[in-house]
Amino acid sequence: MSAHQLDATGLLCPLPVIRTQDRVATLRQGDVLSVHCTDPGALLDIPAWCRIHGHELLSTQESEEEVLICIRVRK
Amino acid sequence: MKAVAHIPRTRRAVALISGGLDSMLAARVMQDQGLHVEGLNFFTGFCVEGHTHAIRSNPNRKPRRNNALWVAEQLGIPLHIVDVIEEYKSVLLRPRHGYGANLNPCLDCKTFMVGKALEWMQAHDFDFIITGEVLGQRPMSQRRDTFPVVARESGANERLLRPLCAQLQPPTLPEREGWVDREQLYGFSGRTRKPQIALARQLGIEDYAQPAGGCCFLTDAAYSRKLRDLWQNRAERDYELDDIMLLKVGRHLRPKPHLKVIVARDAGETRYLRGYRKRFTYLDMTSHNGPLTFVEGERDDADVELAARIAARFGQGREAKSVSFQFVSRDGIERELQVAPFTVDEVLGEWYL
Repeated sequence: MSAHQLDATGLLCPLPVIRTQDRVATLRQGDVLSVHCTDPGALLDIPAWCRIHGHELLSTQESEEEVLICIRVRK
Repeated sequence: MKAVAHIPRTRRAVALISGGLDSMLAARVMQDQGLHVEGLNFFTGFCVEGHTHAIRSNPNRKPRRNNALWVAEQLGIPLHIVDVIEEYKSVLLRPRHGYGANLNPCLDCKTFMVGKALEWMQAHDFDFIITGEVLGQRPMSQRRDTFPVVARESGANERLLRPLCAQLQPPTLPEREGWVDREQLYGFSGRTRKPQIALARQLGIEDYAQPAGGCCFLTDAAYSRKLRDLWQNRAERDYELDDIMLLKVGRHLRPKPHLKVIVARDAGETRYLRGYRKRFTYLDMTSHNGPLTFVEGERDDADVELAARIAARFGQGREAKSVSFQFVSRDGIERELQVAPFTVDEVLGEWYL
């Protein structure tokens, strides 16, 4: 199990979801991915994508500058 | 020796999911026939779906959901979103079948997407492709004479099934092989939405995205005008993702043939445009609250002053005698600038793209 970071700042949805999806495809069961975004829409879309594909949403944080979404990969 | 019972494999359909009602119904109809369905959604860069509107400030509005993801969740199917931005350029720049009323290459676009779905189908061991198309619903890609063009030119041929209007078409492979019961498919046609809404009610689907004038910015006259302007002034028909995203943001004005001005419409757009400052000459209002403004093609101080007077019109200093800006050129040279804002009549309607 390892921790990974994904910079999706400056991208509008659905691109943060696509980048997350593509990155998760390269990870292993139990890995944790922290996705950094600036589009607040990612707060809806990445959790929805996780629910659809069975990945675990660990946390979401929103500040003025950034949205941070952490997920655990389930395969 | 015992005979081994042959258990037929559950047939697998890949559904093009736009986020609208029709593709949702098509997928659901297949699920109800016991098929395994997964969704595909393609991001061309021109999709209205997504959060382009989230750029604009509106504290009272909840963030928009992505309807393709929402539909997939309602149906309980996986959704695979595919970035086709680069590949889509050849569809838009050189459409074999031309454009619709604006820069929408609908027939080539549908052929491209079904072709991509075919690649995905083959790579993932699926059996056929379904779409939510309805005969006669769209003037270019959903006609009796263009349905076969999409099937043929995409390479999907008889593995392309349109469950909502299948009964108006010759039987496809999934129907002939008995993977799908043709009697339980539909014969919808025309632009009316009533049959789809009735079917949704029958299937217990109460919440779905309302039709919002198409799923693609290329069907929009104003957007197409801005894209044509971009090509004309670059002397080449090409684009990058940033170009087409910026066409969705701000007021775009061309007060002189060589001079373009992009003025953010609110704080959300100003925040978004700040991410692009290094690519543009820009004007940042310093004496009042106001929009960030990009300037393209300026040749002299008169052009800069003209752009600043336009920008001043859209800030809180529009009634002031003078508005100040920080002007920053593309190569990073900064200076202060004061101008008198234009009156509303001085910003000519013909300048707007």
